[in-house]
Amino acid sequence: MNTVALAPLSIVVLFFAAAVTFVLSRREKAQRLIAFVAIVAVLAVEVTLLISSWNSGPQTVQLGGWQAPFGITMVVDQLSALMLVVSSTISLAVLVYATGQDIADDDHEVPISVFYPTYLLLLAGVSNAFLAGDLFNLYVGFEILLMASYVLITMNANAPRIRAGTTYVVVSVVSSLLFLTAIGFVYASTGTINMADLSMKLQTLPTGTQYQLHLMLLIAFGIKAAVFPLSLWLPDSYPTAPAPVTAVFAGLLTKVGVYAIIRTETLLFPSGGLSTLLSIVAVLTLFVGILGALAQTDIKRMLSFILISHIGYMIWGIALDSELGLTTVVFYLAHHIVIQTGLFLVVGLMERRGGSANTQRLGGLLKITPWLAVLYFIPAINLGGIPPFSGFLGKVGLLQGSVEVGTWQAYLMAGVGVLVSLLTLLALARVWNKAFWRPAKNAEKPTASLLRAEKDIEADGVLDEQDYKRISPTMVIPTVGLVAIGALLTVVAGPLFHFSDRASDNLRNPDLYIQAVFEDPSLTRQGYLDESLAQQNTELESQETKETSE
Amino acid sequence: MPIDLSLILVMGVMYGVGVYLILDRTMTRVLLGLMLLTNATNILIFHASGAAGLSPLYDKSIDPAAYSDPLPQALVLTSVVISFAVTALLLGIIYRSWLLSRGDAILDDYEDQQVAAKGAYDPEEDAVAEFDESEFDSNESTREREFAAFSQRRQQAEKKLEERKEKKAESTQDRQNQEGERA
Repeated sequence: MNTVALAPLSIVVLFFAAAVTFVLSRREKAQRLIAFVAIVAVLAVEVTLLISSWNSGPQTVQLGGWQAPFGITMVVDQLSALMLVVSSTISLAVLVYATGQDIADDDHEVPISVFYPTYLLLLAGVSNAFLAGDLFNLYVGFEILLMASYVLITMNANAPRIRAGTTYVVVSVVSSLLFLTAIGFVYASTGTINMADLSMKLQTLPTGTQYQLHLMLLIAFGIKAAVFPLSLWLPDSYPTAPAPVTAVFAGLLTKVGVYAIIRTETLLFPSGGLSTLLSIVAVLTLFVGILGALAQTDIKRMLSFILISHIGYMIWGIALDSELGLTTVVFYLAHHIVIQTGLFLVVGLMERRGGSANTQRLGGLLKITPWLAVLYFIPAINLGGIPPFSGFLGKVGLLQGSVEVGTWQAYLMAGVGVLVSLLTLLALARVWNKAFWRPAKNAEKPTASLLRAEKDIEADGVLDEQDYKRISPTMVIPTVGLVAIGALLTVVAGPLFHFSDRASDNLRNPDLYIQAVFEDPSLTRQGYLDESLAQQNTELESQETKETSE
Repeated sequence: MPIDLSLILVMGVMYGVGVYLILDRTMTRVLLGLMLLTNATNILIFHASGAAGLSPLYDKSIDPAAYSDPLPQALVLTSVVISFAVTALLLGIIYRSWLLSRGDAILDDYEDQQVAAKGAYDPEEDAVAEFDESEFDSNESTREREFAAFSQRRQQAEKKLEERKEKKAESTQDRQNQEGERA
């Protein structure tokens, strides 16, 4: 059987589960079970897709049997399969964490009845975006995930969340409008929205029109990916949401934007033309983001700034426009989703134990909960790029790629990238020093529970767990899982890099994508361009002959 | 290809007004601006189909070029549904933020100020919602301050309601008296 035919399941199952959990809104246990089973099932489907795409080119599903470019096409290649598997893995971890937090709290910080259906819809939107083979389907995927994220970010609707949510909703709606406008322009100028078809047709447009469409798409995706001048909404809105929601947003949503940028750069406009612009954007994103992170005292806000800054690494790889650059971006995407989500979950645990996520109020966590210190330390140095962790491997790949390319932009990005790596380490080490290393009584405004816990430890060397806000094993296990996966990325780095290499081979050869979508091995971009030029010539000639005969 | 100039003008005006409105600080205007922008974009997609033709119902005897292009219509339909959902959600957010923070500078809505300035308290329309204490991470002192301000507002509102009830009672009594006199 053709395994790629399973691809739509990774959307449909989630939609169906969302509907069922919505109906069962009064039965929390049933909701939990259904959400869990649905995500596990989808993960299984996606792992099958990943295995089947391991060594092959892009594979397609034509929905409803309509042939491209008339029907809706779904495309599975290495990049989308990898993104699907990674996103389902972290969302499974976050789901378990959120369930644990909810069981541990009696006050229902996350209202169950809305949380599960919305969460499943968010994942359905993400899967749809990764599988979309035409621009409008990509837009619909974005809209599904955005609608779900609006609900999740304003959950409980208290004043700060409403205010943050307002910013988030308005900015996202504007970016969607830009995307929609771009789709309108693309359709007006080419008469198609199928990405494979566009890949052939866009190159025949006048250069000015190409630049306009290219820029509009990049701006729309840039807002979603939070690259520098378009990133100011992110640290304002993410940190106010509940910890699990922030974790999944930080891990996934910006990466969907990066994914769309990769598709734009490799499939729609592979001849580039804007790589200098992208390199400048990458440098600014890296640098301004990390400066913002250094200025924060709230750990969640600091992580949000680091998130922006590290989007710069991915844009760096894309801007290199080289084989190795793209390979590393694919690797880095997987690494960053896992690590960033893991860190946010760890900070959620720190907040529960310490009563605050502000470095001025935290201290002494190393003595109070040593295992939490380990959980923070591993992903932190991973993100900071200390060998042998995957963050280091990704950065080495980018540096090698830059040296290979050898232009001034590449060297500039390499220099700033190394600097930002150091500054990331500084920001994360500062949190370590303040929240874990120093005694709680030395903090500027220590929380009461930390001071009490410290006395407790000094008195008899053990912490009476039941006196403090509960951290249930259901919250710790997924966090440990994500941290472990992050660390294990080093062990599987060889096969993963090989896989990313195959992915970037396919990405850098858009003809394969076109041939898979149209199921016609004779089609190529160059062939289409030659044909359309020849056609234009004959038209011109016939016009000329008409004029001369007149 | 002939293009409807009036539609293009409408689209331009809607884009202009929409951009102006979303730059405002008041949420209702932002919402109106977003609605205008969405519809302007829909008109733009509509233009992508070229001049209007026959409705796209397939008939063998009709030349394919005579139909309207159905795809942009499908796209517009989808985006109308999406913008409907977004509008509904934003209305919910606006209502919620008004309930939560009538005095908040960022959510300083002109319409809300008008309502507040009126002073007439309608128990059905303007009921003061319960103070939301679900916030867990803001610090204690601001929360207390907010709560104090809130209780004050509520007391004032209740006082006004009492006054109004008294006035109403007086006026009905007056009217009854007058009617009695007339009778």
